Amino acid sequence: MSIQTGSQTVGPYFNIGMIRGGENSLVQDETVGQRIYIKGQLLDGDGQPVKDGCIEIWQADAHGYFNHPADPNQAQADPNFRGFGRSETLGAGFWFKTIKPGIIAGAQTPYINVRVFSRGMLIHALTRLYFSDESTNADDPLLNSVPPERRATLIAQREEFGDVPTYRFDIHLQGDQETVFFNP
Amino acid sequence: MTVSNTASVIDWARQPSYLYEGYKSTVKRGPTKPLIPMAHTLSELTGPVYGHDDLNPLDNDLTKNSAINGEPIGERIIVVGRVTDEADRPVRNALLEVWQANATGRYWHKVDQHDAPLDPNFRGAGRVLTDENGEYRFVTIKPGAYPWRNHHNAWRPPHIHFSIFGREFLSRLVTQMYFPGDPLLALDPIYNSIPDESARQLLVSTYAHDITTPEWALGYRFNIVLCGSRETPFETKEV
Ligand SMILES: [Fe+2]
Repeated sequence: MSIQTGSQTVGPYFNIGMIRGGENSLVQDETVGQRIYIKGQLLDGDGQPVKDGCIEIWQADAHGYFNHPADPNQAQADPNFRGFGRSETLGAGFWFKTIKPGIIAGAQTPYINVRVFSRGMLIHALTRLYFSDESTNADDPLLNSVPPERRATLIAQREEFGDVPTYRFDIHLQGDQETVFFNP
Repeated sequence: MTVSNTASVIDWARQPSYLYEGYKSTVKRGPTKPLIPMAHTLSELTGPVYGHDDLNPLDNDLTKNSAINGEPIGERIIVVGRVTDEADRPVRNALLEVWQANATGRYWHKVDQHDAPLDPNFRGAGRVLTDENGEYRFVTIKPGAYPWRNHHNAWRPPHIHFSIFGREFLSRLVTQMYFPGDPLLALDPIYNSIPDESARQLLVSTYAHDITTPEWALGYRFNIVLCGSRETPFETKEV
């Protein structure tokens, strides 16, 4: 076994290399699925917005398939949906336009994997976004492994009820409402 | 931060902690509560798939991809390396994103106010995909050291930032490549946040005379080992 390469912070200038315009919209005209917005703030231990952070998301398509060879259903995955998104967290926070993911084979409820980077984080942090309007969240094994009083940090709240609903998902790096982060 | 999951793909004995007092910005930004173990499901064993269609022809030459009216100033270098998993298997079609300061230690970024000149011919960003053998190569300018305000007389050792997408969500890595023989390394809290000496040294590239090109540029080698599930890799098609 080789030693895995150590992580280092993205630093304050990552957008030179990691941010190209448009990666926070995951949808094209042809993409199948219910459009949604995800909006939120990345907040530090003082409750202040982190203005030099980066949020990455990874999700299944509208039918729960991934366009990746590890998915036995890859052939049926939406060719117009890569499933990866990335947004800087500027003063106003981060936002994505995507589709509501389907339920992955073997899973119980829809969710999105989320990864957080920023200056001051030597290694990224992993979390998950679940949707407030899904009753099947109660059956999700990972969510159920989280202490009940902390589960709310993983639930994005549906805020607007229009053609394109918005889910609010603030990420707290520290504090009473510190978001649950995972060790994969 | 405490970790109880010994089966984690993250080797916490060799990876930095979220809280590292030598690096002041970790104090308000590092998560403090215990991490919750996460089993690996399809959403962790998949990830974005990249191919040559995603890149532009000059992405792997930082001396050319932002040049306006000439060559950038500084020492031209060639950086090569191999991306593997922990079982030494090559990671093919891994996307590497790199960014760096110019030869004077200044970033092309509005927040960077270091009193050193910008170079109109060098913005300092590039991308490259690994080939069939997991190998990559790009051309750039050797970056300069730059001051930061972490502590009195703090200087970052010259480095190139790397962001790497491996074959699955679990493999994601962001790191920094340093240069051999640099006296600033011993003084740098970011470099020293890696708790294990041998793991730290792996962040330092080696001079590669086999890559050095006569009358043109010096070569450096920086190999990268990605973590991940211990699954057999799935072969991705050349795109
Ligand atoms: Fe830097």
